Amino acid sequence: MRDVAVIGVGSTKFGELWGESFRALGIEAGARAMKDANMGGDEIDAIYIGNMSAGRLINQQHIDALIADYTGMAADHVPATRVEAGGASGGVAFRQGVMAVASGMHNCVIVGGAEKMTDMDDVSINDVLNATADAEWEAGMGLTLPSLYAMISRRMISEGIATREEIAACAVNSHFHGAFNQDAQFQKAVSLDTVLRSGPVADPLSVFDCAPISDGASAVILCPLEEAKQHTDSYVKVAATMQASDTLALYQRPTITSFGATAAAAQRAYQAAHISAHDIDVAEIHDDFTVAGVMALQDLALFPKGEAGKAFLEGQTKFDAGRVAVNTSGGLKAKGYPVGAAGVSQIVELTDQLLGRAQGRQVKDAKYGLAQSVGGTGSAVTVTILEAI
Amino acid sequence: MAMVVAREWREIPGRYNLEGTKCGCCGRIFFPSRAFCPDCRRESIGKMAPFRLSRKGEVYSFSVVHEASNINRRMMPYTVAFIRNDDGVMLAGQIVDIEPEKVCIGMKVHAVLRKLDEDGNAGIIHYAFKFVPDE
Repeated sequence: MRDVAVIGVGSTKFGELWGESFRALGIEAGARAMKDANMGGDEIDAIYIGNMSAGRLINQQHIDALIADYTGMAADHVPATRVEAGGASGGVAFRQGVMAVASGMHNCVIVGGAEKMTDMDDVSINDVLNATADAEWEAGMGLTLPSLYAMISRRMISEGIATREEIAACAVNSHFHGAFNQDAQFQKAVSLDTVLRSGPVADPLSVFDCAPISDGASAVILCPLEEAKQHTDSYVKVAATMQASDTLALYQRPTITSFGATAAAAQRAYQAAHISAHDIDVAEIHDDFTVAGVMALQDLALFPKGEAGKAFLEGQTKFDAGRVAVNTSGGLKAKGYPVGAAGVSQIVELTDQLLGRAQGRQVKDAKYGLAQSVGGTGSAVTVTILEAI
Repeated sequence: MAMVVAREWREIPGRYNLEGTKCGCCGRIFFPSRAFCPDCRRESIGKMAPFRLSRKGEVYSFSVVHEASNINRRMMPYTVAFIRNDDGVMLAGQIVDIEPEKVCIGMKVHAVLRKLDEDGNAGIIHYAFKFVPDE
């Protein structure tokens, strides 16, 4: 297997982008990444696209073909593959791209992630998101995705793993960083009180515990590490990218206060990168719900169980706190959550951090960055580690 | 979006009668039914027997839903829960016939058959188990 480098990254702004279509967003992100890598479309051998549900959200299946066509790459008959893994669609698409280059099957690959969500009414969007849980035995019985995370929260609180305030503090951390990100949907810091007093969604979680509905796209360019210098001086190494599965339904697991798939993917990734959790300087974690952020920190072994919520509440996760900076992009909560783009946008942020170009929120001397992408309630998880060269 | 009726009646044993499966090798009980046991794998094929679960159990965790999908919008706010039944199997469903603020972890409940949803004015009506407090 060959080592793989990220040689270019790009994102659109995330938010309610009424004037932008799915294809316009996808092309804009791709063009930015290509420009960043100093490459032309004729140098790309394959396309991978993370997308959760264009079929339901914009009534367009076959978006792999759409992207190949509108990037001009269909003219050269470049293969395009759409990847779906619920909320982990972007993370899994990235891993597919890395595997294609590492194996030698392809040389230069573009990985995109895109979701256009605001073309659909809010209630129907919830139906689509709930279908990333078990559609028959969870969503079909009246449970919603927020209510599943709310039940996790209630167990966390009752078992003494985190307090309600510590869980809410995850959103405070994300919003603190989002204020520095000009592409973020919400560029505004919020207080703990704002999170706690926001309207109820699924008790005990409220509006500010949940990532928003967003439009947006991100893209990254991959090539073999030893060829990276031929294209650019600004690149990072993919030290590891691992994936793990768990039961589709949350209620069928022995515990709901930890995601076994996150822990498994993380251990495999640390081992492959020959590092430990202590070496991580900056982490982008899947905070679609605040409690998911708390679980991520403990399951990734970045903080011990019972300490993760405190870390958010005490500000230990801020970019300049000197421990491990978490969600410097604003995370899904403040940057926005166009589902298929989320996992790819994490790679964009980490690459900027490791190259020292994360303006206003730069983590000092960042060497290792970690991205965690989650589908459903931890049914599919990817953990990727990037390394500054 | 209406689905064909077969999708409904195919699941009646589970949805109405809490019928799951029990592994003939290790004795583990599953809900919903599984074709083979994830622990015993190949050994369990052909040895998975239908098993009717106990309808009694207690609340493991719960939430009150204030933003529902198209199912149940009329009912908001309503209570959903994970219930550990007397066989030790976890189930997911709604808790009804009690004010949401009176629900607590450990509360004893039992399953009853209730209306879940309907496919518009002319479509079929979906039924399934929900949980109500004991006594």
